[in-house]
Amino acid sequence: MAVVEQREIGADHERRDGPAKVTGTAPYAAEHPFADPAYAHPVQASIARGTITAIDAGAAAAVPGVLAILTHENAERLASDEDQEYWVLQSPEVSFRGQFVAVVIADGPEAAREAAERVEVSYERRDHDVVLRADHPELYAPEQVNPSFPTDTEDGDVEAALAASAATVDAIYTTAANHNNPMEPHTTVARWDPAAEHLTLHDSTQSVHNVRELLAPLFGLDTEQVTVIAPHIGGGFGSKGMPHAHDVLACLAARALPARDVKLALTRQMLFSVAGYRTPTIQRLRLGADADGHLLALVHDVWEQTSRIKEFAEQTAVVSRGMYAARARATTHRLAPLDVPVPSWMRAPGENPGMYAAEAAVDELAIALGIDPIELRIRNEPDVDPASGKPYSTRNLVECLRRGAERFGWADRDHAPSRKPGPDGRLAGTGVAASTYPVYRMSVSDATIDVLPDGRYRVQIGAVDLGTGTWTALAQVAADALGVGLEQVELQIGDTSLPHASVAGGSSGITTWGTAVTEAARNLLEAHGDHPDAGASATGSVSKNEAAKRYAMHAFGAQFVAVQIDPDTGEITVPRALGVFAAGRIVNPRTARSQLIGGMTMGLSTALWEQSVIDPVTGHYVNHDLAGYHVATCADIRDLEAEWIEEDDPHVNPMGTKGIGEIGIVGTAAAVVNAIHNATGIRIRDLPITPDKLLTAGL
Amino acid sequence: MQTTITLTVDGQRRTATVDTRVTLLDLLREHLGVVAPKKGCDHGQCGSCTVLLDGRRVTTCLAFAVQHDGAEITTAAGLGTADEPHPMQRAFLDHDGFQCGYCTPGQICSAVGMLAELEAGWPSHVTRDVVSRPQRTPAEIRERMSGNLCRCGAYVNIVAAIEQAAGG
Amino acid sequence: MRPFAFERATDAQAAVALVADRPGAAFLAGGTNLVDHMKLGITAPELLVDVTRLPLDTVQEHDGGVRIGAGVRNSDLSAHPLIRERYPVLSQALVAGASGQLRNLATTAGNLLQRTRCVYFQDRTTPCNKREPGSGCSAIGGHSRDLAVLGVSEHCIATHPSDMAVAMAALDAVVQTQGPDGPRSIPIGELHRLPGDTPEHDTTLAHGELITAVDLPAVAGASAYRKVRDRSSYAFALVSVAAVLDVTAGTIADVRIALGGVAHKPWRAATAEARLRGGPATEEAFVAAAGAELQAATPTVDNAFKVPLARNTIVAVLRDLCTREH
Repeated sequence: MAVVEQREIGADHERRDGPAKVTGTAPYAAEHPFADPAYAHPVQASIARGTITAIDAGAAAAVPGVLAILTHENAERLASDEDQEYWVLQSPEVSFRGQFVAVVIADGPEAAREAAERVEVSYERRDHDVVLRADHPELYAPEQVNPSFPTDTEDGDVEAALAASAATVDAIYTTAANHNNPMEPHTTVARWDPAAEHLTLHDSTQSVHNVRELLAPLFGLDTEQVTVIAPHIGGGFGSKGMPHAHDVLACLAARALPARDVKLALTRQMLFSVAGYRTPTIQRLRLGADADGHLLALVHDVWEQTSRIKEFAEQTAVVSRGMYAARARATTHRLAPLDVPVPSWMRAPGENPGMYAAEAAVDELAIALGIDPIELRIRNEPDVDPASGKPYSTRNLVECLRRGAERFGWADRDHAPSRKPGPDGRLAGTGVAASTYPVYRMSVSDATIDVLPDGRYRVQIGAVDLGTGTWTALAQVAADALGVGLEQVELQIGDTSLPHASVAGGSSGITTWGTAVTEAARNLLEAHGDHPDAGASATGSVSKNEAAKRYAMHAFGAQFVAVQIDPDTGEITVPRALGVFAAGRIVNPRTARSQLIGGMTMGLSTALWEQSVIDPVTGHYVNHDLAGYHVATCADIRDLEAEWIEEDDPHVNPMGTKGIGEIGIVGTAAAVVNAIHNATGIRIRDLPITPDKLLTAGL
Repeated sequence: MQTTITLTVDGQRRTATVDTRVTLLDLLREHLGVVAPKKGCDHGQCGSCTVLLDGRRVTTCLAFAVQHDGAEITTAAGLGTADEPHPMQRAFLDHDGFQCGYCTPGQICSAVGMLAELEAGWPSHVTRDVVSRPQRTPAEIRERMSGNLCRCGAYVNIVAAIEQAAGG
Repeated sequence: MRPFAFERATDAQAAVALVADRPGAAFLAGGTNLVDHMKLGITAPELLVDVTRLPLDTVQEHDGGVRIGAGVRNSDLSAHPLIRERYPVLSQALVAGASGQLRNLATTAGNLLQRTRCVYFQDRTTPCNKREPGSGCSAIGGHSRDLAVLGVSEHCIATHPSDMAVAMAALDAVVQTQGPDGPRSIPIGELHRLPGDTPEHDTTLAHGELITAVDLPAVAGASAYRKVRDRSSYAFALVSVAAVLDVTAGTIADVRIALGGVAHKPWRAATAEARLRGGPATEEAFVAAAGAELQAATPTVDNAFKVPLARNTIVAVLRDLCTREH
């Protein structure tokens, strides 16, 4: 594939949607001008498992302003129960606490909410089970893990290799359930126009086309009968990658109230049960190495949860298949089906929790061997991808480690884990971890380019910008593909009336959409010359990357973290964090840096604060708001930097990009826990590491 | 119960007759069409709904509109426009102090209010000595901006933007 | 949220009369806690009486100390020169709480009357004796990491969430109220109560009794507030300590210690104080006194860490005050 000359790619540009966002005028899902909207407020199950025996909506219906109340008794019948997450208000069965059992639609949000509180639901309760255990009696091996990796792998005789090792690590690491918590709670405004037989959604989604394609059949509609619009969305981090039950609920409400926009905005609390989350994990790592630190065995076994109604198998151990040149390697994933909300994608599913455990274990091995943890990683650098046997298109982990070590001042580090005095009487230490994320290219995306009367180019693709910078970066890609300046490109995204595009997820956006746009540009210029006339038009589609048959393609990085710990209270602060990444060509340094530091910030959050606490008795995530579920605040993020090395990868795609939405979060948590161990001599293997855990461990 | 409220919003006099249960945030967003303040948590836990109320930064989700009849409100939309942004908005653009943009109008109003508080000499949690006048350090800015969560993780850039807007 | 009527009070007496007459009426000040609870459906007043425009918004010298109006906003109080100079512990406690935006709304009286952050109290779908007497306590045996270790009962292990109130407890503040039966003065230690078998009552105030001011007596010695929390800012305390320490020639002339995050009320550490008064200001003495105070702790598995944490934090604060005194 010809690589185009890059002038705009790599250039620093302010966000094109920036002026609208800083003035608060960029419209999010609930904020488009709707004339006389109605408001929907859901009712959620207050038991985790059982059957609804009666619903008394009498008091609710009497609330002034109430227009309709939908329950499983009167809601429209959906056409398919294939996906039980979308089987909303169709049955009296309750499969997790917080499941939607009714929805009230009213003239105003106050009336809708009051009436929802007044809906009385009676249940026949059954015993529920919401606690993940590695010895759960119903554990099973899924057919594959997200998105389509084998569940288990085994190469070589790991038991023999472990037995032959000079040093071994055998430890259990656990992580808490995490909730994505984008700042904009999931919101859908639905309108059913009976005359046109058309459903229009203004939705906070990472994929307008996913929403349309998954919802249309539920309502017996062709995809063309559904329009989904999402010019701006307030974050998603995977939780808006697929429609969730509230999308179905909003459509049910709109169909019951034809020709009126029905607004359904989830409350922050509701997100904790209906909008996806990251499963808690239990991970066992077994590493064995010879005395020189060469890995002989690497075994990564994972236990995690899924809901009983819909499987989601997070690919937590997959990172261990290709990271290091261990001679014998094995990985497994087992799921416990529980009466819990449906888990789903959250930023770097698999890699984030998996790399935490794997890279903490590597640190433990380095200490056991008395080898600098950076040197240990370098000694285990593979020549080819251990998972596939293919050479890497590019792999610059070692350069990231070396560059980071130099910038961070790693040479001065005391590697022995012990109480190390730091400033103000606190303990201080540093840690490192490696990072990796695969280059995903989605199979379907189309783009159209038209030459406008004024000579500028209109580029259309149904992609979504969830804060990643697509509005700007994809226009930069188009400009180079067309051989024009950025100002010559008008980009249109965020609408199903635009050509089909894949989800903004898996760090695949620029790779996938950019390839389609580049293809469309090439077709335009080939058919109409380098200076096409107004009215000229061409389309292009993403193609399968033939080079992927020959090369393994991954981004890599190195994460460095310094911590300080109050010896009296166990309070942990991170005075410094540095990430060095090798992620192919960087399209827009300004927005790219934001994505990388944003990922690292969320990684610190994973390590130190984020935990969704489930109550075994009530069966729900009880700390379900932003006071109870702690994410990083401004005060928590001090000197935090991201940089990248120039990487020229001709194999990944025409732009040379690898994707940067997720690599920044991967490995951060391991660097934090390794730093805490370095500062205190205490190894905590349970995330997040909060002050109580250090105190209990005898700080 | 209905009640009639008159406010000055971004320099314009606005009147609405609403239920007493309507918060200042919902009054702005659902009744007056002013969507710059965002609803992120609705419980005072994220800061996305921050505006300047009679010159002071406040969250609008925990304030009933009826209680603030007669107030003067400035939202991010009133601080500046896309063509003529406020210096704080300019600084957020220069430093890419946001990604998804949902917390941004609240961050910007909060930053403007915060600098006024610092100028007035108010102490903060990180002011070493609450008696003396606080300095405009990065640590002070970070602490004072901690009522505005940003899930995209733009804090580093937000602090840089505020330092620029404050005059370096 | 249920519909409610709204009245704006013109004077304290009228406000008291409006609320006292109706069991379903409540005072509305900054709103940062009450509106939160109304949205969650855990309280449903039918009449709100706005007291923010009453003339209760000044901080003045009074009787050798300072009188704080009930309506003074938390941010104004923390920044007031009289507070910063004479009661730094109070200023520090205020700025450790909530966020800049919330402190600009929240009032002195409202802060004192904050209700617990126990997740079950805040969730009307779960049993909670404080919210619904007799329904049971979900926190005992449930998620109790943030909850009380001192003065708990079998009915409730909730904590009081205020930072400001902890400092006021250490300062021996006196709360002035106006009630249906006239004014009264309540030492702050008697304002909040332990849960016992009536956890539905947070305080000893009668229905319709309005806090009008908080008086701070003069204080000698150095004072400080230390808040320990999971993240650096904008979080409730795991444990907090407010202390006033007056050391003369190595001997503790006076000491006052109050703990936050450990009990249903700001916990005055009387046992520790008694051990310390008149004794040496040494690390050993601090450790022994803090240990003695926490002897009575009855933690759950989840919050057992609060016992060493409170002990360590008391010692750290006293040590720090000693260093500053000399």
